Amino acid sequence: MIVADPKPFLQVKGYLENFGKVLIVGCGTCTTVCLSGGEAEVQILASGLRIAFGKDGRRKAILEDCVQRQCDEEFILPVLSRVESEGIDAVVSLACGVGVNFLADRLGKTPIFPGLDTTFYGAGMQQGLWAEMCAGCGSCIVAHTGGICPVARCSKHLLNGPCGGSEKGRCEVDPANIECVWQLIYDRLKRLGRLDELRNLMPAKDWSTASDGGVRRTTREQLYELK
Amino acid sequence: MSEKSVMKSGSNLERVLSSGHFAVTCECGPPKGADVEHLEKKIELVKGCVDAANVTDNQTAVVRMSSIAASSILVKNGVEPVMQMVTRDRNRIAAQSDLFGAYALGIRNMLCLTGDHQSFGNHPKAKNVFDLDSLQLLDVVRNIRDQGVVNSGDPVQGGIKMFLGAAANPFADPFEFRVIRLAKKIEAGADFIQTQCIYDMGRFGEFMKMSCDMGLDQNCFILAGLTPLKSAGMAAYMNKNVSGITIPEDIIKRIRGVPKANQAEEGINLLLEQIQEVREIPGVAGVHIMAIEWEEKIREITERAGLLPRPL
Repeated sequence: MIVADPKPFLQVKGYLENFGKVLIVGCGTCTTVCLSGGEAEVQILASGLRIAFGKDGRRKAILEDCVQRQCDEEFILPVLSRVESEGIDAVVSLACGVGVNFLADRLGKTPIFPGLDTTFYGAGMQQGLWAEMCAGCGSCIVAHTGGICPVARCSKHLLNGPCGGSEKGRCEVDPANIECVWQLIYDRLKRLGRLDELRNLMPAKDWSTASDGGVRRTTREQLYELK
Repeated sequence: MSEKSVMKSGSNLERVLSSGHFAVTCECGPPKGADVEHLEKKIELVKGCVDAANVTDNQTAVVRMSSIAASSILVKNGVEPVMQMVTRDRNRIAAQSDLFGAYALGIRNMLCLTGDHQSFGNHPKAKNVFDLDSLQLLDVVRNIRDQGVVNSGDPVQGGIKMFLGAAANPFADPFEFRVIRLAKKIEAGADFIQTQCIYDMGRFGEFMKMSCDMGLDQNCFILAGLTPLKSAGMAAYMNKNVSGITIPEDIIKRIRGVPKANQAEEGINLLLEQIQEVREIPGVAGVHIMAIEWEEKIREITERAGLLPRPL
């Protein structure tokens, strides 16, 4: 899933100083699961804003909403009509950056602000902990690394084994919290009897399929043909 | 894989190694600014004591004068540089372009590195590059040198001769992979290797034995990296904080065991013993003395180690 963290409360409050009627929109998919942008977080942020603006002696209407997915048109149409019909002055999105962009492209003259900082594609490791697992580079190499991705999980994105900063299975960038992914790859390939994979030089990677190749589009040919 | 017997660049370092002499290199870190005078003072301190001096490339991710410019100043002042190049700060376009520039300025040795992560330096908020890793950089430069083509396959105008180096860390994990990684670096084009600083002589000996068993010393010159300890405090700090460096307790005890005023001298004594020890290890072709901000000691060290005068 896409993982995102709440922005500092005062930063979000700062965005909204000049708007009277604000709609906070949550997202029922990834950011709900990572506890940063679901229905509950919409309520928490809305309550906080009401209290904070109230303390300043300022009356604002803070409205709440949450849709299943902010990255699909059919789910956001009700939000768009609500903004129109209720005269919303500004929207705060608690989706990942995809949702914020998708709404922004469709919101006409109504400003939108991110309530979250989108961080990575990750998995829940245990309650309250998520870790990056994929970098979305567009040309997956994990067939050669035991299914474990060094592009996403090595601090230097190394493709030919661990650097000198691998010690006791930890990465020197933050030994307490980051595992050396090359130690994980080494151990896994050893278990699989495939250590020979590590002897081959992995040549310079083609990054043109990553964001380095320009803004990406993808299609299913039975439905859409790229120009 | 490179052939040791075929001359790659004809640099002084390469000629010393090829003719079977025990090579000596050191470090000459560029200034944190454009202070040429400061650099020239360092150059004078090591002149005549080493076969070549490594010019670091924004080491520990702290901004300094570029290694190409500083290497060029070494050339002008009569000390042969080993230009270090890290992939942290440049993509394959910049790396190849910088290589052309370096060659044009008379640089004939290059050490290909990935580089320390920027979180250790003075610009932790910087975006890193890592388009290539150190092995891929070796591969790219080797192809320019030997095939005359850049990474895209386009031809290179005029030839480039470069003696290609890489680093090896026998003390990082997983230990069994360290020799495989060394083999891969040689496969990717490394003509010489400089190791991380050695304090655990037992583990280094084991690493060298594994390397020689694989015949790696036949395809590559391996220089043992050594760093003199200035004090017990420095030893304890490095042991605790620098990943991939372990300093055995008896070494720390030995330095701590002498009065503070004599600890630096004891560090030099230890280094001289280490130089003799690595000379005895089969497959070691030279020493790389990293006297961190202590270049004024290089003459004394090489003199007392019996490494002077240099052969060529």
